[in-house]
Amino acid sequence: MSKFSIKKFHDSGSLFIWLCGGALGLSLLMIGGLLVLIIINGMGYFWPKDLIQFTLKDGRVVLGEWVATETIPGSESSAHPKGKERIQLKVGNRDLYGLDFRWVDRTDIMKEQYPSDVLAFERWEWGNFYGWIKEIQEGETRLAAGNQEGMKVLFPLLERTNGIQERIHTIEHDEIAELNHRLEQARLRLRSLELSGQSRSGDRATIQAHMQEVEALYEVQNTARIALYDELDRFRMTVVDAAGEEQTFPVGTLVKVWLPNSMGVGEKLHMYVQNFWRVLSEEPREANTEGGIFPAIFGTVLMVVIMSIAVVPFGVLAAVYLKEYAKQGVVTRMIRIAVNNLAGVPSIVFGVFGLGFFIYAVGGTLDQLFFAEALPNPTFGTGGILWASLTLALMTVPVVIVATEEGLSAVPREYREGSLALGATKLESLWRVVLPCAMPGILTGLILAVSRATGEVAPLMLTGVVKLAPSLPVDGFFPFVHLDRKFMHLGFHIFDVGFQSPNVEAAKPMVYVTTFILVLVVLMLNMAAIALRTRMRRRYAGSSV
Amino acid sequence: MNQGHTEPTSEPVADSQPKFVIRDMNFFYGTVQALTKVSMPIPANRVTAFIGPSGCGKSTLLRCLNRLNDLVDGSRIEGTVLLEGKDIYDPGVDVTDLRTRVGMVFQKVNPFPKSIWQNVAYGPQLQNVRKRATLDEVVEQSLCRAGLWEEVKDRLHGSALGLSGGQQQRLCIARALAVNPDVLLLDEPCSALDPISTGRIEELLHVLKERLTVVIVTHNMQQAARVSDLTGFFLLGELIEYDDTKTIFTNPTDSRTEDYITGRFG
Repeated sequence: MSKFSIKKFHDSGSLFIWLCGGALGLSLLMIGGLLVLIIINGMGYFWPKDLIQFTLKDGRVVLGEWVATETIPGSESSAHPKGKERIQLKVGNRDLYGLDFRWVDRTDIMKEQYPSDVLAFERWEWGNFYGWIKEIQEGETRLAAGNQEGMKVLFPLLERTNGIQERIHTIEHDEIAELNHRLEQARLRLRSLELSGQSRSGDRATIQAHMQEVEALYEVQNTARIALYDELDRFRMTVVDAAGEEQTFPVGTLVKVWLPNSMGVGEKLHMYVQNFWRVLSEEPREANTEGGIFPAIFGTVLMVVIMSIAVVPFGVLAAVYLKEYAKQGVVTRMIRIAVNNLAGVPSIVFGVFGLGFFIYAVGGTLDQLFFAEALPNPTFGTGGILWASLTLALMTVPVVIVATEEGLSAVPREYREGSLALGATKLESLWRVVLPCAMPGILTGLILAVSRATGEVAPLMLTGVVKLAPSLPVDGFFPFVHLDRKFMHLGFHIFDVGFQSPNVEAAKPMVYVTTFILVLVVLMLNMAAIALRTRMRRRYAGSSV
Repeated sequence: MNQGHTEPTSEPVADSQPKFVIRDMNFFYGTVQALTKVSMPIPANRVTAFIGPSGCGKSTLLRCLNRLNDLVDGSRIEGTVLLEGKDIYDPGVDVTDLRTRVGMVFQKVNPFPKSIWQNVAYGPQLQNVRKRATLDEVVEQSLCRAGLWEEVKDRLHGSALGLSGGQQQRLCIARALAVNPDVLLLDEPCSALDPISTGRIEELLHVLKERLTVVIVTHNMQQAARVSDLTGFFLLGELIEYDDTKTIFTNPTDSRTEDYITGRFG
């Protein structure tokens, strides 16, 4: 057998193949690692974790969810050559201790227990509480004492308070919102009457009467709302934590209660799915660190849809002119270079342009022409989902132009000539034969545009994204789609929750969850476009007889 | 030479009314001259074949007859091409109109990636025929004339690209016939087809010439001999000889024609 020789290896060309394979493998590994990291961290968030109770050497007792274990930096010594370990616990009970998280040195731990009857309370405010029920009262009367009895009373009570919370939510978000909307409309009508100078007192009186009517309705709703809040406050509970500290709060402030240490895998799985669904469908709470991210998902998807509606016709028309009608020469070559370079312009530049052009120039003009009665409050003259979408459309239009041009070049000359030879004009050939054939290319452009636009944050911060939008851009009030509204976005949500939140440690899981869902949304939007493209391709490829 | 098929009509050129008259035509791609001083009549209701080696200008001439060369950047034409006495390069001529009168079938089979029905109905639809029943009728007639109806009548709404190469070429012929042209130009229609499909298309041409004028460019001299009534031999952009097919193939006057036909070059 011949000896392995570097020269032979080099001459055989295998070196190059290994190099290429290695580069590809490394990229795949990095992408895979990224996805796995996001999925593990994001999906783990929904799993109801066990509560560990540590009894420390100094007698203190700590109870919480395990978060992480790490080696204390610089703690290596002869006794501990690998260094000491410490454990991070999420101890909750923020209202008692001010902090949700605590480090415990492994060497300090005397005993480790998993108390089976410990309860986890998720609250609307102040985060989770971990502990036991001491007593439950209605007003001054005591309904239950101790953990066992407390649980029996608490679970039915919780169902009732959750019902009340839902009712309050409906009143605040639907009924009172509608009254506010009507009041605002009436106010604007009044103002526009004033502006137009026609002070027909009859009209004014009608509107004012209407406003009074609405205000009376509002009073009714408000009274009902206050009564419901009182009802929520009626039942109070006192809970005690592992260290023996007590805390009293109304049952109405609870979201849900569970027994983490005595749940079976099936129950945990059920709760896992429930938690996942709640994140997808609910609104955020506690400075976005808890609750759901539904408005952000909705805002992201709507923004991408509006952007697609704007970018495809615009880009395709531009590409058709450039490719089919413009005289090919130095000018078209320069335009092509410019278009390609436009795709490389930093997105924040587009954001600045969107702010200056769309919001101040176009929006400001629109406001003066059509929404004068609302001034000085801007309608379109401020950031909104329309302007953000158009800014992104502008940012991604080069991608669509380039892809469409490539799609057009790929249409065989025979199709064009065949169509012309049948007496079609150039426009007819384009519309009926060439463009349908170029459709897969156009959709490739759309896919690239959607991928880029979904993840973009910087331009949105200037053109209409907010950390908490009071209402969705689509609702039940005419004209149903409110393109002037500000909106929430998953990418911005990640930035906001992860870096702008007062409680960064508590927000960390939310960052991963949001990232995971952002990736999921990009994936699904792309899948939809790819499915469409596959259908087109099949239609024009001939196998579908 | 004429084996197996109907004997071509053996009337002299002058007896038939000319459809096209080409006079002193020069054609340039930029600075390259592709055709030099070509003059010839093309009689109606006959099959006229253009033969010659690659690059001799025969396809260029064919594409001048329906002004498809207009699309080529930097092309220029001199001389006149008369269709029934009227110059087709007159500025007042509607090119789309001309192209509906002069249909064309290409070397590379090019059915549109649509259904068979949509392919055939494409031309009539361009002329604003919208009624479904009329279109159905035109589709059936055209497919019948192209001898394809029996094979595709059950799959009219299937993709045209699912057909075999020969069927696709006959579909292209049907598509050209659907706009009811006076002239059918065929640019090497059989070069990508097997002998059986070629045979079927050649038979078709014999039937078609009863109602229209056929001009065919071919590389295959046997094909020219089989299907055509007249043959023009081109070399380096010049029309060397143009006569009855029989004369060309049996008793050519020019020695270059003889050399080419007998396979000494080309």
